[in-house]
Amino acid sequence: MIQLQHIERVFMVGEEEVHALRDVNMAAEAGEYIAIMGPSGSGKSSLLNILGLLDRPDSGSYELDGTLVSNLDEKQQAAIRMHKIGFVFQFFHLVPRLSAFDNVALPLVLSGVKPDERQTRVSAALAAFGLSNRARHRPDQLSGGQRQRVAIARATIMQPSVILADEPTGNLDRSSGIEVAEILEELNHQGMTLIMVTHDPEMGKRSRRQVLMVDGRIEGRTREDRGQ
Amino acid sequence: MLPQDFFRYTVKSVAAQRLRSFLTATGIAVGIGAVVLLTSLGEGLQQFVLAEFTQFGTNLISINPGKVTTHGISGALISNVRPLTIEDARILKNIPQIIDTVSVVQGNGAIESGGRQRRTTIYGVDASAARVWRFEIAAGQFLPDDPPRAARSFVVLGSKVRQELFGSSQALGTRVRIGGELFRVIGAMESKGQLLGFDLDDSVYIPTSKAMALFNRDSLMEINLLHSAGSSSTSVAEQVKKVLVARHGSEDFSITTQEKMLEVLGGVLGTLTFAVGAIGGISLLVGGVGILTIMSIAVNERTGEIGLLRAMGVERSQILALFLGEAVVLAAIGGLAGLGLGVGGSWLCSLLIPALPAHTSWSYAAAAELLAVVVGLLAGVLPARRAAALHPVEALRAE
Repeated sequence: MIQLQHIERVFMVGEEEVHALRDVNMAAEAGEYIAIMGPSGSGKSSLLNILGLLDRPDSGSYELDGTLVSNLDEKQQAAIRMHKIGFVFQFFHLVPRLSAFDNVALPLVLSGVKPDERQTRVSAALAAFGLSNRARHRPDQLSGGQRQRVAIARATIMQPSVILADEPTGNLDRSSGIEVAEILEELNHQGMTLIMVTHDPEMGKRSRRQVLMVDGRIEGRTREDRGQ
Repeated sequence: MLPQDFFRYTVKSVAAQRLRSFLTATGIAVGIGAVVLLTSLGEGLQQFVLAEFTQFGTNLISINPGKVTTHGISGALISNVRPLTIEDARILKNIPQIIDTVSVVQGNGAIESGGRQRRTTIYGVDASAARVWRFEIAAGQFLPDDPPRAARSFVVLGSKVRQELFGSSQALGTRVRIGGELFRVIGAMESKGQLLGFDLDDSVYIPTSKAMALFNRDSLMEINLLHSAGSSSTSVAEQVKKVLVARHGSEDFSITTQEKMLEVLGGVLGTLTFAVGAIGGISLLVGGVGILTIMSIAVNERTGEIGLLRAMGVERSQILALFLGEAVVLAAIGGLAGLGLGVGGSWLCSLLIPALPAHTSWSYAAAAELLAVVVGLLAGVLPARRAAALHPVEALRAE
């Protein structure tokens, strides 16, 4: 369902050209669980940005669910981000002035879903993530683990086909991290494709497939079919 | 995004920074308040002055001797000018649209009654003056319609003169001495107030021919015409001009229609109101700069949020709209508060200084609120454009 071919991404840092991605080819089936690993500066985040349509490759093609999305204009890409991709960030990125409920409801609000439907969907999502009694709390009244759960609820409220997680446990203590990882894995079991950037080997080991990046290239695949 | 959700989102953002939003909106409030207050005063003043000038009626034309030329020298100084006479006034009355005429002579003199004396303005007028100038008689009657040559020595007193000379005692029927001649008081006027510094109540009215004799004049100082409400003042003025030119041989007089005078006056006052409003506009500009500043800060602070919104599929144009919306909400709140300030202020003003009337028209209020919204839009453009131009990856990295 995801097909990256010959993706190149070059940044200009001052006078110098920095190759963030060099001839990246990658494919992912629907429902896969992939960890993108590698040292910092290796291009993990650049790859995730390309996958999330937050950034455009300088060359190469990106196909998502049978659509060549790398050729779409900004408006169409925004629509794909809204409906097909859920983002989970290291620093949660919750809107501080909104309650947990309103944060989770935000994608529904932005896509124009009616209030009564929002109410049922958000309540169900909060219940599913064990946050029902935190619905009226603002982010600064929540623990790190709770915040990330709110963020995951928000990322999945639109029923996306892909979850892109950038160091989702990087800012959490160990037990909260495991809890968050388990939630993401549960969503993966339900059929959502999960692609996670991490530099934590522990987290990487949990995935079914690891993609190792070094210096903007995919180095090879390790630990495929961990489960079997 | 549904419109009500858009509105709620922007209002929530504004409400989240209560103190800051309050201070920013105050800037706009002061600006709008100043504009509303100053234009209200200007408008009130305009209405007041126009009312003062129309209190003698609106369909008036006055004729003065001498042609005002561009050289600024009155034709009256040149010897070949024929003075205006009572006969001129009588002839003009034959023009069908002219209802009445008043032949006016004016001067200062002493008026005595019993032991009291007062120097006052003496008007020589016709019986028609009461009707043409819309005089209200408090007691007795106005001058009778005597033929000019056989006018009886009657006088009508202005309210102040009556008060000064007679106090609470009966004035009607008593004799007073004006310039050495005896006049019988037959009427007293209602108070009319002042017009451009002339105290209309500090004057007395006697027949024109008596005043001419008193001041030793053989001509009139002015003829006032009242024309019918339906007729155009310019066409009447044309006819008057034709008649008088035929009688005098040349145009040695000036015709001023009240319509023209009010037009000029209204124009001047309107400009004044606008200028005063523009001064208030300067403080509005300062308020706009305040919004610009605070919105720029907001965009900086909320870069992460902008990145998040972009990641969730919000387009650039929607980011632009959201931040513009916030600027407009700030300005609109400030504008409403400013309206309150301005209307309250002008109300207070008219309460404290009754002589200075203030009048806020609804169209001004609506225009002021619209102005606030426009200021908000303009002030919001720059920060909102910056927000929309942010690259989502960069924006997400900010937090």
